[in-house]
Amino acid sequence: MNQFKHTHHAHCESGVVSSMLSYHGLKISEPMVFGLSNALNFAYIPFVKIGGMPLVAYRSLPKSIVKNIKKNLKIEMKMETFSSVKKGEDRLDELLSEGKIVGAQGSMYWLEYVPDELSFHFNAHNFLVYGKEEDKYLVSDPVFQDAVKCSKKSLSKSRFSKGTMAPKGLLYYPVNIPKDIDFKPIISKNIKKLSKNMLNTPVPIAGVKGLRYLAKGILKLQAKDKKYAKLFLGNIVRMQEEIGTGGAGFRFMYASFLQEASELFDNNKVLSDASIMMLEVGDEYREFALVIAKSIKSKKEIDFQKISNMLFQIADNEAKVYKKLLEFKV
Amino acid sequence: MKLENVPQDDSPTYAKMKKTIYAKDSKGNIQGKSSNGWEVEETVTRQALDDIQEHIKEAFWEVKNGNKSTLYFYMYKQKMDLTLLAQVTGFFKWTIKKDFDPKVFAKIKQNRLEEYCDVLGVEIDAIKELPNEPV
Repeated sequence: MNQFKHTHHAHCESGVVSSMLSYHGLKISEPMVFGLSNALNFAYIPFVKIGGMPLVAYRSLPKSIVKNIKKNLKIEMKMETFSSVKKGEDRLDELLSEGKIVGAQGSMYWLEYVPDELSFHFNAHNFLVYGKEEDKYLVSDPVFQDAVKCSKKSLSKSRFSKGTMAPKGLLYYPVNIPKDIDFKPIISKNIKKLSKNMLNTPVPIAGVKGLRYLAKGILKLQAKDKKYAKLFLGNIVRMQEEIGTGGAGFRFMYASFLQEASELFDNNKVLSDASIMMLEVGDEYREFALVIAKSIKSKKEIDFQKISNMLFQIADNEAKVYKKLLEFKV
Repeated sequence: MKLENVPQDDSPTYAKMKKTIYAKDSKGNIQGKSSNGWEVEETVTRQALDDIQEHIKEAFWEVKNGNKSTLYFYMYKQKMDLTLLAQVTGFFKWTIKKDFDPKVFAKIKQNRLEEYCDVLGVEIDAIKELPNEPV
């Protein structure tokens, strides 16, 4: 049995990677993982529906954190998917018997330790399996405050859940982590990359443009049925605050990354200023969520114009952070 | 976000869980802090859960009244909809819609029924039965 200790994080995928690398001797915070993997993003894809509501995402695609960290830090990471449930189960047991801690992808819905209130069909949830006690697997799910246990049946159902982003039993673990990683060049490169991406997305559905596109979409709700409009607005907030801590939470986390980065660059002023600005943008997302929650509860007419304007303002302010970050020079 | 502003609204929708939020202390240092709930989030989670409950109840009575097959009920019961059920089974939507017809569903092929049971996590001898209560 290994000496793994569970840590409570803000987000599943960045949390797994932080816990996993720290366990293997590379002490790296969750915000640093998040920043170095360029995980911040925004996309509004009205023609892709989840639960009847358009897709609103506040981060990059699932699995991109693992993949980008692997690439950017030159970590050799094994990623295995399986053609059958049996093979996937056996391989996990084998890795655990070697004393390894293993990252896994699965559907939130089928994990028995997830309470009903939080249990939705989402195939790209990440967690660590770090051991087995009798017939239960020991699971470190980063978004839970304590380590949990899970039966084989539930774990397999989750790991082999079908549909969009089907995990196919995905397991991942590092096999080689380079010593003495020089974080500075990786940080500056990825900050530039992210800022450019967010400002100059080639498609109008992502980045800052995507935020404005959604702000316009909110105005169009005026013509829609009131119940649908409320569900639409509620969905924005759920995607923002609940599913993987979303909009505000991710901005706060990125602000934390910028602060850590600033310290590494001898308290670089551009980075520390950008960190403060990003925290404020996060607060604006929270305020936006609050106004929406009030409109949902209220019997009065919804002020779509006001809600839409708030999001336009967020887009402008978030764009300012990226412009600030482009001033960053080593 | 300031540390002292990290909401502690003890939301029932958190189901006694806590979430980590990054916030700054009085010196501006950002760190993670646990939150046991936020009213705003509770509102939208509750809204989504209520919407699901409504679908489940409607579906229950549709089946009870003989308009729809039990498949229709279990789809909503397992927090799915037609789009999701089509994605996880790989079946075309229009073929699933046919299975919502009680007469068609009564004569469903065994392998197709097994696929539904698998993705919905319902036992094969239970999927053709309606429970006494919707929830």
